Amino acid sequence: MTNDIRDYASQLSDQNSRKAGTFSYLPPMTEDEIHRQVEYIVKKGWTPAIEHTEPEHAHLSYWYMWKLPMFGESSVPHILSEVEACHQAHPRNHVRLIGYDHLAQSQGTSMVIYRGTQQ
Amino acid sequence: MLPRKYDAGVKEYSKMYWQPDYQVKDSDLLACFKIVAQPGVPREEAAAAVAAESSTATWTTVWTDLLTDLEYYKGRAYRIEEVPGSDESFYAFIAYPIDLFEVGSVVNVFTSLVGNVFGFKAVRTLRLEDVRFPLHFVMTCDGPPHGIRVERDKLDKYGRPLLGCTIKPKLGLSAKNYGRAVYECLRGGLDFTKDDENVNSQPFLRWRDRFSFVAEAIHKAGAETGERKGHYLNVTAGSWEDMLERAEFAKTLGMPIIMNDYITTGFTAHTSLSRWCRKNGMLLHVHRAMHAVIDRHPNHGINFRVLAKSLRLLGGDHLHTGTVVGKLEGDREATLGWIALLRERFVKADRARGIFFDQDWGAMPGVLPVASGGIHVWHMPALVSIFGDDACFQFGGGTLGHPWGNAAGACANRVALEACVKARNEGRALELEGKDILTKAAQSSPELKVAMETWKEIQFEFDVVDKLDVAES
Repeated sequence: MTNDIRDYASQLSDQNSRKAGTFSYLPPMTEDEIHRQVEYIVKKGWTPAIEHTEPEHAHLSYWYMWKLPMFGESSVPHILSEVEACHQAHPRNHVRLIGYDHLAQSQGTSMVIYRGTQQ
Repeated sequence: MLPRKYDAGVKEYSKMYWQPDYQVKDSDLLACFKIVAQPGVPREEAAAAVAAESSTATWTTVWTDLLTDLEYYKGRAYRIEEVPGSDESFYAFIAYPIDLFEVGSVVNVFTSLVGNVFGFKAVRTLRLEDVRFPLHFVMTCDGPPHGIRVERDKLDKYGRPLLGCTIKPKLGLSAKNYGRAVYECLRGGLDFTKDDENVNSQPFLRWRDRFSFVAEAIHKAGAETGERKGHYLNVTAGSWEDMLERAEFAKTLGMPIIMNDYITTGFTAHTSLSRWCRKNGMLLHVHRAMHAVIDRHPNHGINFRVLAKSLRLLGGDHLHTGTVVGKLEGDREATLGWIALLRERFVKADRARGIFFDQDWGAMPGVLPVASGGIHVWHMPALVSIFGDDACFQFGGGTLGHPWGNAAGACANRVALEACVKARNEGRALELEGKDILTKAAQSSPELKVAMETWKEIQFEFDVVDKLDVAES
């Protein structure tokens, strides 16, 4: 029945329709859930790295690096405090956490932790 | 040593081509055949006959044999093994000197190894189970135009498998309606949509019209979602010139990926296309129509692992591998074996996965395995568990069949995928806890909830025909 069918809401004019990679189709993660994803990156032996950008430029390959990748860092609270520091410095920007996999010479994962707002 | 004398006539193959003390060289191309010999033919003779007929020999001695060094050039059978669980068949291991093959030509390898010998009367059935391509040969082949890592960077997708959907009905849609189906899938959250293999350039859907409407769909869905999207534009055609024309047009439209059927168009046309793709920055999705004709019978033909290895050498960025869990044939361990052969840098021999030889791929990039055929959201936990991140899952009916349409179906799949990846990263056992994981994710996704209700009861439980050889316990 037509009445039971829901519209799929997504529009060019609606910024909320923009997605941002892995986990952007799930509800925002709780602090505990974010903690566990960071643990995953550390357990994998990947190098955490933080990047941010204005939401309107999120489709580009290169976001701004927040400092250098955190080579050898395995403290989850420390990694999260850097993510938080990046967010405080750029509250309107998307902030993503990357796990660099040097063996694959690629990113093992990448997830947006803070979603910014359009200027 | 005196030169041999010419002695005309038919000789037993095993005198010259069965050599159990042979020391395999690193540069030899090794093959494992499963043979059922004709009644009365000894195993050593059958194995030697296969080695001879697939390398230097013909049925009788010829005087020109003495003008060359056959000891150097001949292939030889060096080992025979029982096939577990079978009384009549046996494995024959054959070593071929690398000089027998033209550099960079998988075509040449196939013409020798699976040429006339497959019609040979001394064997009743013959199956090529595995081939060890020596690194010396691997390095002369082009390999994937880009490979998994470059594809991820080009598409900006990390930490999860990719999602696709084959547009249905397979045949009959007009170009504009076809583009609509593509657009709806992509805006709902898929990374790719795909032409079905037999969508080429039929009267109701000419390729140029299809490409144009699909390009608009991709551009709009990309702008709408902020994510990079693609559609496997099938350039499979009746001639190489037609394939090239279609590939060039896809490039002018700014499309990131095209597709080809590598068995029906032939290895040579496929290799040329793969080279074109690398030269033009185009990803190449590879379909495998006709493979089951060749690889399904357990006693005759070519095991898919050989076809998969060959594709990695010929060049391709994606290859269909079967799903293990869907509607199409595929033994789990064997599938894991050829997934490894497509993706890894070095694969060790592992009989539990049907892999007979170590395979060193050297610098050759990996191919992304594609799981497609009769899968839906309920299969997602198993798929993520079996394939890991470096794979593409394609839900055709499992996207388009959603009661609310393609976008909702796509969204349901994307939510299910991300929920499974998140749970796996948290250390949860996907195949045990799959139902809980999906049920929880559906609480915040009405699209997923409806998808789960729609497909709950569907299962595919026929036994596979091509199983790994194991003794009955």
